[in-house]
Amino acid sequence: MKKLAVEATGLAKWFGEGEAKTIAVNEVSFTANLGEILYIVGPSGSGKTTLLSMISGILKPNAGQVLLEGKDIWRMSSDELADFRLNKIGFVFQDYHLFSRLTTVENVAIPLILKKCDWDESMRIALEYLDIVGLKDRAYLPPVKLSGGEQQRVAIARAIASRPDILIFDEPTASLDGDTGRKIVEFVKQHILNENRCIIIVTHDSRIFEYADRIIHMEDGKIVEGD
Amino acid sequence: MFGILKIAFKLLVNDKGKFTALLVGITFAVFLMIMMTSMFAGILARSSSTVTNIGAKMWVLDPAVNNVSSSIPMPDYVQDAVRSIPGVRYAVPLYSGGAQVKLKSGIYQGVTVIGLDDATLFGRPDLMQGKIEDIYAENGFIVVNDAEFKKLDSPKVGDEFELNDHRGVVVGIAKANTSGLFGVPTLYTTYHRAITYIPSTRFTTSYILVQPKSSSDIPHIKLEVQKLGYQALTDDEFIQKISNFYMYQTGLGINVMLMTVISFIVGLSISGQTFYTFILENLEKFGALKAIGAKSRELISMILFQAGFTAFLGYGLGVGLASLIIMLAKLRLPDYAAQITNMNLGIAFIMVLIIASISSYIGVRKVIRIEPFDIFRG
Repeated sequence: MKKLAVEATGLAKWFGEGEAKTIAVNEVSFTANLGEILYIVGPSGSGKTTLLSMISGILKPNAGQVLLEGKDIWRMSSDELADFRLNKIGFVFQDYHLFSRLTTVENVAIPLILKKCDWDESMRIALEYLDIVGLKDRAYLPPVKLSGGEQQRVAIARAIASRPDILIFDEPTASLDGDTGRKIVEFVKQHILNENRCIIIVTHDSRIFEYADRIIHMEDGKIVEGD
Repeated sequence: MFGILKIAFKLLVNDKGKFTALLVGITFAVFLMIMMTSMFAGILARSSSTVTNIGAKMWVLDPAVNNVSSSIPMPDYVQDAVRSIPGVRYAVPLYSGGAQVKLKSGIYQGVTVIGLDDATLFGRPDLMQGKIEDIYAENGFIVVNDAEFKKLDSPKVGDEFELNDHRGVVVGIAKANTSGLFGVPTLYTTYHRAITYIPSTRFTTSYILVQPKSSSDIPHIKLEVQKLGYQALTDDEFIQKISNFYMYQTGLGINVMLMTVISFIVGLSISGQTFYTFILENLEKFGALKAIGAKSRELISMILFQAGFTAFLGYGLGVGLASLIIMLAKLRLPDYAAQITNMNLGIAFIMVLIIASISSYIGVRKVIRIEPFDIFRG
């Protein structure tokens, strides 16, 4: 029996009012478990990213709740929510969002620095995570000197550096060629996933579906298949 | 907090192009502001050089006088009346007027002649060469070795000149604490000789120099002098009156103020624009930091640190550059009046703080408004 990582119930989000009202996510409920890779898939505009933002404490839903360890994250204050994201969630953004003016190791160390970890200690830990993603030898280069796949791995190292329970990937293969994309997800499954961590991947790249433990299909803001 | 500030520091200085542009903008603005205000301070200091150099505690003058060179002569009874005011230790006359000196080379040179009270020589300068009692010798004059000394062909003790067809002999060379404003050399002689050699109006006393018995007597002396229809000012008040004249009645103040404001606007434009671009370029990264778990106050502290660091470094460089230029200029141009005062530094510092505040306000507004969701949405 797998442990529950996150439980979303009746999540709804709409933008605009009146005639301009657009429902992005409509009464969605699902669960994600520790030790699994959960895919949220669907066409563009189906509400995947909005759903992802709501369960990661970034976008407040208009209705519903997101429970993590039995607590509704949307009842937290803004500071508590920031701490929740820092300690419980790891993000790998579609465009990586690495600081080009910092070295690779400094980029990886950012969550540790935000957690008030000592600078030297942060760098030491960041180097360990760079080692995990196989980029220790690139530690002191700026990210712009790295290939797309390598930047993706730096972003992964940054996401796991704070030891989050939930790792969120937003379109991880969108900026990569097919082969590199598959290698990245394969790497994540083999080296990053463990029984205390849940990985949620938003994608519409069917070439990487084979690595999913579970897949939720979304269309027009609703789950049409999978939970 | 130290770690996040170190990140902010690295983001700032590693963007060499923008960091340089920011520094140049602020340094240039500070440099211009310091140059403008220090020149003004130097001009004001020189405008009161006679008051400073004479060193009297109180000055009695016609209320219409607004600078030392435009004195309005007072009748002799004023001096007697002032001497009889309780609280006055002594009061002596001072002559100040302009004359043309014909040098040995045949060239005419305008000079300011200060006539010191014959009995006391109150207000006499410190001598570098010669003896003060020689001022009583026939045709004796003391030349002040200030920035204008060369205009008298750098005279030595014993050199002669003509002043209104009178023979003049240099009997001493004096030090000057402050040079004058108008580029005219200064000669000291006795009061009696000054009014004899220089054509004057019916009244001859330009100022009455007063030494009060104590500071507490000053208000009473002022009141009594006012009853005579004249004005008694302490040296500081007289300097302030002269400064006010140049500041508010000559256009000098408003022109310098305009130049200072323009310098401020130039600095604000360059650094504000550059800092805004810097923030815009990093806006998505700040959004990503927010998504990762950075709190708004941490992002604000990063921006304030970046703006503050650039501002203070630019301030230091600007002050240093202005000091260097003023020092070099004074080596080549003895008449160069600029002097950096604490007030100049203070004004420039406040201006830089405003530049940093406005620049960071623009950045903070942007960063606070960025939603992490926008980072996901792309």
